[in-house]
Amino acid sequence: MIPVAFEYVAPTSVADALGALAAAGDDGKVIAGGQSLLPVLRMRLNAPETVIDLGRIESLRGIRDGGDHLVIGAMTPHAEVLASDLVREHAAVLHEAVATVADPQIRHRGTLGGAVVHADPAGDLGAPLLALDATMVIVGPGGERTVPATEFYHDIFATAVGDGELLTEVRIPKHTGWGAAYEKFTRAAQQWAIIGVAATVRTQGGQIVEAKVGLTNMGSTPVRARAAEADLVGRHADDCGQACGRAAEGTNPPSDLNGDADYRRHLAGVLTARAVRAAMAG
Amino acid sequence: MTAVDDRPEVEIGQARRRKEDHRLITGRTRWTDNIQLPGMLHLAMVRSPFAHATITSIDTSEAAAAPGVIAVFTGKDIADIQGVNITAWPLSANQKTPTHLPVPLERVSHAGEIVAIVAARSAALARDAAELVDVDYDELPAVLDLKEAATDAVLAHPDLGTNKSDVWTLDSAAAGTGGDVDEAIAKARETGVVIEREYRQQRLIPAFMEPRSTVVDPTGEQVVMWTATQVPHVLRFCIAATTGLPESKIRVIAPDVGGGFGGKLQSTPEEFATLAVARKLGRPCKYTETRSETMVSGHHGRDQWQRLTLCATKDGTVTGLKVDLLADLGAYAALVGGGVPVLGAWMFNAIYKFPAYRFTTSNYYTNKTWVDAYRGAGRPEATYAIERLMDELAAEVGVDAIAIREKNWIKHDEFPFTTVAGMTYDSGNYEAATERALELFGYDALRAEQAQRRASGDPVQLGIGVSTFTEMCGLAPSRILGALNYGAGGWENASIRMLSTGTVEVLTGASAHGQGHETAFSQIVADRLGVPFDSVEVLHGDTQISTKGMDTYGSRSLVVGGEALVRAADKVIEKARPIAAHLLEASADDVEFSAGTFTVRGTEKGISITDVALQTWTGHNLPDGVEPSLDADATFDPDNFSFPHGTHLCAMEVDTETGATRMRSYVCVDDIGTVINPLIVEGQVHGGLAQGIGQALFEGAEYDDQGTLTTGSLVDYTIPSAADLINFVTDRTTTPATYTSLGTKGVGEAGTIASTPAVVNAVVDAVRHLGVNDIVMPCTPERVWKAIQHAGSAANGGAQ
Repeated sequence: MIPVAFEYVAPTSVADALGALAAAGDDGKVIAGGQSLLPVLRMRLNAPETVIDLGRIESLRGIRDGGDHLVIGAMTPHAEVLASDLVREHAAVLHEAVATVADPQIRHRGTLGGAVVHADPAGDLGAPLLALDATMVIVGPGGERTVPATEFYHDIFATAVGDGELLTEVRIPKHTGWGAAYEKFTRAAQQWAIIGVAATVRTQGGQIVEAKVGLTNMGSTPVRARAAEADLVGRHADDCGQACGRAAEGTNPPSDLNGDADYRRHLAGVLTARAVRAAMAG
Repeated sequence: MTAVDDRPEVEIGQARRRKEDHRLITGRTRWTDNIQLPGMLHLAMVRSPFAHATITSIDTSEAAAAPGVIAVFTGKDIADIQGVNITAWPLSANQKTPTHLPVPLERVSHAGEIVAIVAARSAALARDAAELVDVDYDELPAVLDLKEAATDAVLAHPDLGTNKSDVWTLDSAAAGTGGDVDEAIAKARETGVVIEREYRQQRLIPAFMEPRSTVVDPTGEQVVMWTATQVPHVLRFCIAATTGLPESKIRVIAPDVGGGFGGKLQSTPEEFATLAVARKLGRPCKYTETRSETMVSGHHGRDQWQRLTLCATKDGTVTGLKVDLLADLGAYAALVGGGVPVLGAWMFNAIYKFPAYRFTTSNYYTNKTWVDAYRGAGRPEATYAIERLMDELAAEVGVDAIAIREKNWIKHDEFPFTTVAGMTYDSGNYEAATERALELFGYDALRAEQAQRRASGDPVQLGIGVSTFTEMCGLAPSRILGALNYGAGGWENASIRMLSTGTVEVLTGASAHGQGHETAFSQIVADRLGVPFDSVEVLHGDTQISTKGMDTYGSRSLVVGGEALVRAADKVIEKARPIAAHLLEASADDVEFSAGTFTVRGTEKGISITDVALQTWTGHNLPDGVEPSLDADATFDPDNFSFPHGTHLCAMEVDTETGATRMRSYVCVDDIGTVINPLIVEGQVHGGLAQGIGQALFEGAEYDDQGTLTTGSLVDYTIPSAADLINFVTDRTTTPATYTSLGTKGVGEAGTIASTPAVVNAVVDAVRHLGVNDIVMPCTPERVWKAIQHAGSAANGGAQ
């Protein structure tokens, strides 16, 4: 478990970090908490020549109220997201999901931005960010640009963040008063999700007015369960089962040791119903 | 039994915290990897990515030229001294046994085998250079599936001509211990019930906390090896037998060792390769593996198919059992790998007293990691099979799972009892353990809840699993091992040295690797010699200190090694008695020993054993003809195995919509005879349960079609953590063993052996009414859900 030797750079500003990235070229790799990267390095699955640590860039850390949205800095540790009253009030489904990320030690080291850019389809944070219609802010040599979460994830471990670019923050439209639940299905307490369902709903008199459902590990990227969402509008807790059964429509889930694609599709329906009902109850 | 009730009970039975724990928990101790020697080099292994291949060439030039590299070795470079990883347990003279070279010269037989070794100035440099070794292979067809191996269509070792290692049978009719099982089955087909099942014992990977590590110092007159092993004494034998080094020139030290569970009961290629390289270079060398290397190269456990036929009368009285095993040895026979299934031969009949039995195991080689002992070794497999079958029989004849066992088990007043497999159980009380377990579990209330959930069609169903296990441990009577063609004895040795200043050194040949020997053995000696617990120092794990020993496995240390200790202590007392009498100016016959003091009967005159030790050391005033020594040595070879037993009850909830399982409660009442330290027993039981539950629900080694281990890290090979388990309810009944003075039985493997069937029985019980009668381990949510779906569609099909 000894990584190949590498240069270590720890810039203190975004500008310096972009400079370091440019200097490192193809052989540079950003570390943003290291909870996924360090095992990769130690098992020699990757051997970058330069590792650029964003941990000392204070401006990338923290959660603030942006008016109609929240702004979460990319280097905000999961534990801070979990403890945030702003997140709990305005983006409750993210709060629910981040509570299931690994264990307290990892939640204090790992960061929201690190997890988002790593883009492991079994990671828990893509689905709630999709459900919340978040926007990703990316900076690069050409300046800043924004990408909606729906266009951010390209493939397994691949996102809109290009070479020489950094994710700096995530903007989340406030979903104040929306019910929320994250159903994470694993076969051991601390494990990647076999699948996960992030549901957030707006209800009126026990009836769903609007429903947003993001799915974890139902394809090479997190996806929205659009068919189920549309079908859920107007339904109540006791008649939403059939709509939720459509959660897997259009998905392409993987098959692995923990479950084949058919089983995942079945779980998506069952767990979407549970998540939606829990969100309505909450 | 003897002397259980009249011994002093000052220390024995006390829940002392373990004296070794501070250094083990903080890690500030002698782990092998902590050892640094002057001029020491570090090794990295180059391993085969292929399951089966011919090595066509190895180019080491680039690696040899890399920074900090001292040398690179292939198998051919060390062929003259590398030795062989031998098997100690060929089942018969006919067994086919492939030669297991630590570093193969021409052909690799499983992915992960070592093909070259880099020695460098640091572990990092060695690892960097290992990637520069260029090995060319010609891939050969690999046989990976056990049932395919049995066809010999593809050979794991073409030179053997077959994959079959050996076949071993125990037949009660042939042995004269029972009737003919085929007759019993034929009769039951006409007038009774026959249960036929095939169960899978999946392949498991031992997950000890400390990865294996070896340091070899070849400088000087003697070769010293520090290694993370359970078996320093056995290892020294293996090195002497195969490398050309005289046994007297080899010192093997197992310093503090971080767990083993059988996984370090081995002579490993890594140990032999490190030894060979150190000798070639004349410099100390260290090799410490990564977890990924543990998983491909350390031996695996279990891996059997069990074809079972149980026959009974219509009321559920068992009349016979036929067992046909297919056992996957992996690529090599390993130290005792072929014998592991045989250890189950006496356990399929378990606590039951049916009249006819036949056991056969057919052992096969495949191109996968070798298989050997893993916590329980043969007995968990057997216990799983019979306890699952008893639940199946109960369901078949419509009898409660407890009642079916009670109908068939050996009654307390029938001990000692010779079983249909020919083993004599000396003591046991299944009634008492079961009664207590039922009470703690709330059996009737849970059955009522189960009925209610079934009636209401609750999506979450409840199941209750029973396991009334026994096992044979305390390995082992040497003459029985000899009769089984095993290559060593089963005795254990202990020495006691009374030091001049009042402390006591205890030397045991049972090499601890986390069990708490230092504490438990101190308690025994403190009681026996009447000295303070803290005055006793237990030394172990060094062939030059505790020179004789058979090491630690098979729940033997306390049962066999503890008894050796008692005998050594008694010898010390008898050596001290004439000296004490002389000093007290009394006849030895008039001197009594109690609580550490010799007294003249009927007087106040006395002298402590520690004062006698000091007087013996000075030698100034000893009786004529008495040597100035208060040391003693004893070797104990047991007359029998020990037979702990217990009743384990598990309640599992099954979410029928997802297949997810959740443990609701787990109660176990174990009978392990006399308890020396209840805290250590609790630790053994809890850890054992976790490992058995791991097999039932979580663990399983998986290979892809190429023979690559796909569960090659602890991310993919799922071992349960504390967060996956619940608070176990544990209790004990006490029925002492009758052939030792302490009356202890083994506890190291009990939890693992008992819990796997209890859990799977509970999962199956939860969904049996849906038409499910088996779920392959590990019972993952997907497997549970699919079993329900399959049973449901089969039932629908049948209705149409």
